[in-house]
Formats: sequence, C-alpha cells, structure tokens
Amino acid sequence: MPDTTVLAADATIGSPAVNISIFGAFVLITLVITFRASRNNKSAADYYAAGRNISGTQNGLAIAGDYLSAASFLGIAGAIAVYGYDGFLYSIGFLVAWLVALLLVAELMRNTARYTMADVLAFRMRQGPVRTAAAISTLAVSLFYLLAQMAGAGGLVTLLLGVTGEAAQALVVVLVGALMIIYVLVGGMRGTTYVQIIKATLLIAGALVMTLWVLTEFGFNLSSLLGDAQSVAVEGRDVLAPGAQYGATGTSKLDFVSLGLALVLGTAGLPHVLMRFYTVPTAKDARRSVVWAIWLIGVFYLFSLVIGYGAGALVGPERILGAPGAVNSAAPLLAFELGGTILLGIIAGVAFATILAVVAGLTITASASFAHDVYASVIKKGQVSPNGEVKVARITAIVIGAISIGLGILALQAGLNIAFLVALAFAVAASANLPTILYTLFWKRFTTQGALWSMYGGLIACIVLIVFSPVVSGAPVNPATGLSPSLFQDVDFHWFPLNNPGIVSIPLSFFLGWLGSILSKEKPDLDKNAELEVRSLTGIGAEKAVQH
Amino acid sequence: MTEPAERRLLTPEEYRQAQDSPEFTELRRRFRRFAFPMTVAFLAWYLLYVLLSTYAPDFMSTQVFGNVNLGVLLGLGQFVSTFVITHLYVAHANRRTDPIADEMRERLESHQYAGSGRTGTDISKGGATRA
Repeated sequence: MPDTTVLAADATIGSPAVNISIFGAFVLITLVITFRASRNNKSAADYYAAGRNISGTQNGLAIAGDYLSAASFLGIAGAIAVYGYDGFLYSIGFLVAWLVALLLVAELMRNTARYTMADVLAFRMRQGPVRTAAAISTLAVSLFYLLAQMAGAGGLVTLLLGVTGEAAQALVVVLVGALMIIYVLVGGMRGTTYVQIIKATLLIAGALVMTLWVLTEFGFNLSSLLGDAQSVAVEGRDVLAPGAQYGATGTSKLDFVSLGLALVLGTAGLPHVLMRFYTVPTAKDARRSVVWAIWLIGVFYLFSLVIGYGAGALVGPERILGAPGAVNSAAPLLAFELGGTILLGIIAGVAFATILAVVAGLTITASASFAHDVYASVIKKGQVSPNGEVKVARITAIVIGAISIGLGILALQAGLNIAFLVALAFAVAASANLPTILYTLFWKRFTTQGALWSMYGGLIACIVLIVFSPVVSGAPVNPATGLSPSLFQDVDFHWFPLNNPGIVSIPLSFFLGWLGSILSKEKPDLDKNAELEVRSLTGIGAEKAVQH
Repeated sequence: MTEPAERRLLTPEEYRQAQDSPEFTELRRRFRRFAFPMTVAFLAWYLLYVLLSTYAPDFMSTQVFGNVNLGVLLGLGQFVSTFVITHLYVAHANRRTDPIADEMRERLESHQYAGSGRTGTDISKGGATRA
C-alpha cells in the first residue's frame, strides 16, 4: 500500500526531539521518586499496598491515574472526533461505573481484604479453588488491559517520534516494558502510586489547557463548537446525534447496549482498581479516594468531550483517520494544531506517561495476584514467609512485563481502537469478577460452587464470545483502508454477531452464581459470613497502616 | 510486618453476636436502604439513556438550543447525577452509618460482644484472610 507509507512519512508531526525530551524528563523525575520511595519498602504490605498509608486525596489522584488510561485520553477523544456522540457514551459509562464502586464495593473491600481481590472472594469459601479462579480472571483482565495500552503505545510512537520501521517501533515497546518493570520492581505499590499521582496531575492539567484553548477558539460557545464539528464531519454523518458508530443495524445497536453494560459494571470488578482501595489507612479514606476519583474522572471526561469535538472541528476526521494511529491520533493532532511543537510535545509526553503508569499498575496487580493467591495460598498453602512471597511477586512482574512486551509488539500491527480493547477488558471484569464480589458481600447463601461457576462461567463465556466475534475474524473490510478491522485478515470463523460480549456474559455469570449456589450441597459458612459482614460494615479487624 | 492483633482475638461467637445485635441490624438496614435503591436508580437512569441513544436517535437529536440537542444534554445530565449521588452518599454515610459503625468497632475492640463474659484470647482461626 504505497498510499499509507507516504501518509505515514508526511504525518509525523512536531519535533520528535521535543517529544522525546519531555517524555524523558517525566521518566527521569518519576524514576528518582520511585527510588526514593523504595527506601520505605520493607514488608509485603509495603510492596502490595504501599504500607496502607497513602492519603485519601492522594489515592483519589492515583485512582484517576490508573483509570484514565491511554484509552480514555486517546481513544475517547478520537472516537468523539470521528464518530461524535457515540464516542461520548464511552466516557459516560466509564464515569457512572464509579458509583457501583463507591456505593457497593470500595469501603467493604477495604475493610475485609489484605492485598488482592481474592482475599474477599475467598473469605468465606474454600480458599484454594476460589483464589485460583480469582487469580486467573485477574490475569485475564490485566492482560486485555495491557494489550490495549501497548497498542496505544505503538500508535503513538509512529505519530510522535517519527519512528516508522517495525523494528524501531518494537524497540520502543521494549523500552516502555522495561521501564514499567523497573518502576514495579523498585518502587512496588508505593512507587507506582507516586507515578500515578504525577501522571494524573499532568494529564488533567494538559487536558484542561487544551479544553480552555479549544473553548477560546469558539468564544466559549459549546453550540458553535458542535456546529463546526458537524460541518466538517465525514460526509453524511451526524456527529451530534447518536448512531454514527453503532446506529447502522439492529446488531450494531445491540452491540452499543452490550458495550454500555460492560462499561458500567466493569469498573468495580477491575482488579487493579480494587487493589488501589487497599493502599489507604481506613474505609473512610477509601470512600474519600473514590469521591476524589469521581470528581477528577468526571471533569476529565467533560474535557475530553470538548477535546474530541475540538479535534473534529479543528483537525477534521479526514486528517485524523489518515494519520498513523488513526482514531487514536486525534488528541495529539489537535495539540499540534493549537499549540504547535511544544504543546504537542507536552501532550505526547503525557500520553506516554499515561501508558507507562497504567501498565505499571496492571503489572503490580497481576503479579500480586499470582504471588499472593496462587503461589502463597494455593501452592504453598500459606506456609511461606512474606519476603518469599514478595520475591515471587517480583519475578512474576518480570514475566508479565515480558509477556506484555511480546503482546505489545503484536498489537502494533493490529491497529484496533484502544478504547474498544479496554471495553473488552471491562466485559471480562464485569462478567468474571463483579457478580462474585456482589454475591460475596451481600448474599448469605452464596457458596464456593456458586463462586466458581460464576467466575469461570463469566470468564469462559466472555473469551469464547470474543474469539468468535467480529473482533477476531470476519468483520467486513473497510473500503478506506482495504483492511478488515478484525485481528485476523482473510479468515472468517465468527458466529457471535456482537463485538462486546457483555450483554450475554454478564447476566449469564450472575445466573450461574445463583444456580451454582442453590444446587450446591455445601452449607454456607455462617461463622465466616458473620465475620465478613461485621468486618465489612464496621471496619473491625481491618488491616492497619504500616508505621515506619 | 505489623500484624493486626485484634482481628485474631475476636471469636466467631463474637461476630455472630455482633451480627445479631440490634445496632448491627440497624447499621445494615441503613446502609442497604440507601445503597441498593440508589444503585437500581442510577443503573436504570443510565440504561434509559443508553437505550434512548440507541433506539430513539431522532428523539435524542431534538434541538434544544443552538446545536445542542437533547442527547448531549441528557449525557451531561449523567455527569450531574453522578456528582449528586456521590455527594448524597457521602452525606448519608457521615450522618447515618459512620456513627454506628464507629461505635460498634469500639465495642468490638473491647470485646463487648463476647456474650457471657467470655473474652476470646487465643482463638487463631478467626482470621479468614491468610497471608
């Protein structure tokens, strides 16, 4: 495709040197902070939960840092720029989802868990099987999410660093992966938390600047911004009305509803988000951190609405879709349009920082889950010193880092919208984790069998439906690029019509949790249930902050 | 590692007693009476918005002022309702549930739920989350 290469060469914008130096400064500062933070890392609680003495406000920022991934920043702005209104749904689902976490999950989990999601899920169940299931779903969600972040890194590299060769792109992914491993190994949860805080501050500040800039261009008139975005929209597309991306057919409409469900129910089942609740001293701080997170995330998504329509109006969908990274390049292109090389450099640096911080958060969660749930609890039956466990967690972090580097290099060629990949991670979280979390916390008669059916059922249904969906094969070829948006070209083995499996797998998982429990001969452990309920609501016996 | 000592000290009987106590019943009732209906409400409101966006695009395209249509306004309404519910929940927790939870925690720490004068001192199976 000679067209694409010419475009790619032309479309590298800004000065790679500026972009790289701003990103380099971020890396340098955060590395110094990470090394300083590591001096306080002595125990397992330090490594997994930052000693539980992160303040509510700090943790709110760190949650925002964890949550506002490359998908939020690049994917949503891009989706709004190109598809308009339909892109907006992502941000609304991502935000409303936090109410589930705030009202039903955050405080109760903080009161009852030590390090991982499985601590709560296995609380009144048979430890081994439930912990294993929870660890498997944690790894699955984390890998989907990592894939999305790495795909984002790949798209950015081409656009911002002027790196076009496949080998050079792969090198950048290796670099990102290596940095992530260093953050996690050296800083543990504390270092990772500081990286998240810095990154969230930069990201929200950067988005604020762009938002004000765009609004200034339009005299702070939302109506004229929307009007301009519409006037340059892809021909025949109404970017102000619903349906541009999903409205075409009955199937795509159902897909939209499915996506909406996955988004709103996924957040409270994301292991790396749940793990952040354990870094604060008390349940009240967990509540405070979610409140901060809701405000920060909500305001950020309002910014991204303006940035998205601003990119649509000022850059135009044709240039966005023509740029390497396509939809994901909307925000960087807008930054260049507004503030030239410097603003682009800042936004590019922030976007890289975003990816780096999120992958670090995911890696520490996945490694904690393996070390704490599988190695220490299942393989060693609890007969392992905390130091031995942390050592395993560190080794796991290296392995997961290596895997995500490999996946990231593969993802470079796939070119899927990253918001959409993250939506799949949400579907897995909503199907495999959330039903079991809610049943465990609120349903006395829930049993081990119910938990296992729900987790494995939700996870397997999700994965199978994704494998046989148009995401993986058989989506119609896009006439503009000559490529199918599917992962595999030229094959078609799909039979599930929807891109997002949530609408089937989430109710199925809730149903299986109920069915497994009522069909189970196991008597619910009423003592453990009493302990869980009293602890979760009163905070008695909750893990205390580590005193240094 | 600082091992939280008091968790090991509470007996299953104490937890059962605490769970059966009227103040805990009240705490749970207050928590659930807010959290459950509110969850149903915001999920219904969100799903209504998603369904309207999907199946009633013409309705959502109704111009309200300038280029701003009903869909954009209802979308922004989702932001507003999220912020409002967040605020309501915090107010509810501060006023209605925290005082009971704090008081119960203190009483549990001083083993006031131990029933007939028993104090659990050496019960090691009480801790459910294993290291």
